[in-house]
Amino acid sequence: MSSEHPDQFSAAPGASPERTEAPLLDVRNLSVDIAGGAAPLRVVNGVSLQVRRGEAVGLVGESGSGKSMTAFALLNLFPSPLARVAQGEVWFEGKNLTQMSAAQLRTVRGARIGMVFQDPSSYLDPLMPVGRQIAETLLAHGRADGSRARVLELIDLMELPNAKEVALKYPHELSGGMRQRILIAAALAMRPALLIADEPTTALDVTVQAGILKLLTRLRKELDLGLLLITHDLAVVAETCQRVFVMYAGQIVESNTVEPLFEAPGHPYTQGLLRSVLSPQSRVHSLFSIPGGVAIAGQWPTGCRFHPRCPIMQPGLCDAVLPALQIQTSNSNRCHFAGQEKAADAWGLKP
Amino acid sequence: MSALLEARDVSRLFPIRGSGGLLRARQMQRAVDGVSLCIQPGEVVALVGESGSGKTTLGRMMLGLTAPSSGSVLYRGQDISAGKGETHTTFRREVQVVFQDTGGSLNPRHTIAQSIALPLRYNRALGGAQAAEEVDALLEQVRLPPAHFRNRLPHELSGGQRQRVGIARALASQPSVVIADEPVSALDVSVRAQILRLMFDLQQQKKLAYLFITHDLGVVRAFAQRVAVMYQGRIVEEGTADAVLDAPQHAYTQQLLAATPVPDPRRQRVA
Repeated sequence: MSSEHPDQFSAAPGASPERTEAPLLDVRNLSVDIAGGAAPLRVVNGVSLQVRRGEAVGLVGESGSGKSMTAFALLNLFPSPLARVAQGEVWFEGKNLTQMSAAQLRTVRGARIGMVFQDPSSYLDPLMPVGRQIAETLLAHGRADGSRARVLELIDLMELPNAKEVALKYPHELSGGMRQRILIAAALAMRPALLIADEPTTALDVTVQAGILKLLTRLRKELDLGLLLITHDLAVVAETCQRVFVMYAGQIVESNTVEPLFEAPGHPYTQGLLRSVLSPQSRVHSLFSIPGGVAIAGQWPTGCRFHPRCPIMQPGLCDAVLPALQIQTSNSNRCHFAGQEKAADAWGLKP
Repeated sequence: MSALLEARDVSRLFPIRGSGGLLRARQMQRAVDGVSLCIQPGEVVALVGESGSGKTTLGRMMLGLTAPSSGSVLYRGQDISAGKGETHTTFRREVQVVFQDTGGSLNPRHTIAQSIALPLRYNRALGGAQAAEEVDALLEQVRLPPAHFRNRLPHELSGGQRQRVGIARALASQPSVVIADEPVSALDVSVRAQILRLMFDLQQQKKLAYLFITHDLGVVRAFAQRVAVMYQGRIVEEGTADAVLDAPQHAYTQQLLAATPVPDPRRQRVA
């Protein structure tokens, strides 16, 4: 499969991948509620994001920020029946997924949109050879013919040596990185247009992680795959994505293409998060951390949800008024002081 | 020699599962193969390597939790393999551990105060009101408000909070060396930074020595004075953290450095 625009991003990494066509995935004002308490708990609040064909988009946030819930909401795959999409639309290939019946959604899930998750072992059946588990995706979508050849082709595509042997192995005979490759193969079996990867490398070693990220980048380019990468690690985003959405307490607080975002992050939270990443290259021997902890859903502070941890919090404004997400052409920022000088280096970290 | 804790030419063999039989000897895997490592008082040493490189086994031998197959571990110049006596009691008290799995290393049915009070009772013979006072002081040190956390159970705490409890429990014995096995790798980036900051402040305050087992070279740069790189059971490179990270000599160290993600999107172009 040849891509029409082979090295588009490596050739012009600064430019955003502007294409005239509609985005592959267009999430509009999505909210998720969890029922159970006296009032439903809103864990995702008005999230909008887009993924284009052949583009890798990072969704970054800490545990409890709602990033995984957002991913579950896209395919109505919630881990609990109490969670549901409360409002918003998920447009994918010209169709609104939130309006689909369960049967219709099953034809999209796994076929047009593939998924991989953090813990590869718990998504594999320990009693079934991995080749058959890859084939299951094909069988579920009625592609029994030639499934064996396709499985071997997929294992090859994952850069695993000796596909015939690997297909007959059980999950316990494979390493964590190999298991994750098997799951990626299963997710891509039906040639989906979009792959959602929720923390795909978090449980893996650094060197194995690098291999998986490289593989995902290669597949994205070769198959013109849209990739939604959910992670808490900004360094992983910097290595793989073209665009980033930063989530905090159920809301998007900033978005931008990678180069400007890492060069000059606008929101104080993004700035703090970026500074918390320890890089072996940096010679600055200081440990920076954002004070306090992520607010728990249901106990979100009034006003800007980041204000209790923010160094440029202005009483009377930030603790009273929720800032709107200010959307520019290629970036957005949810800070009362967006674009102002005091917000450019909120933590006073630049020399 | 002034080394506080020292592994001298230690090896550890484990039987390979499924090998051997009635008349055949079991095959042995050398998890650690003739390694020597010193920790000086107040020094932060990082032990780096991939899973299966033997770094955890070496850490456990230096803790006295796994006996070396050959070689010896010395604490303040005394061999600790005897497993009893005064030297061993001191060693047990002064060499403490912080684990990666914050949930699994706390008794789920003990309150936070009970978990921290155990080493106070056994290592410092404190009980009753004295112990309660000391528990509160320790919780303050790890920046958990005692009134709020004292009577909680582990499952009510977040991962970062549980790791703070783990650190408080290690500090309860007034250690001179803390062996930390991947203490932050299960935590989010921002929580990770907070825990590292706490461990760094405590190290400075109490002049602790750390053996920091990790695969995160960013942590090494920010935190450690010296680093030892393990690969297939051996230490393949050792030196000051800056020297090793600026000019790694061994192929594995170079590979690890190249694989570590960096928050700089311009690197995508060269990849």
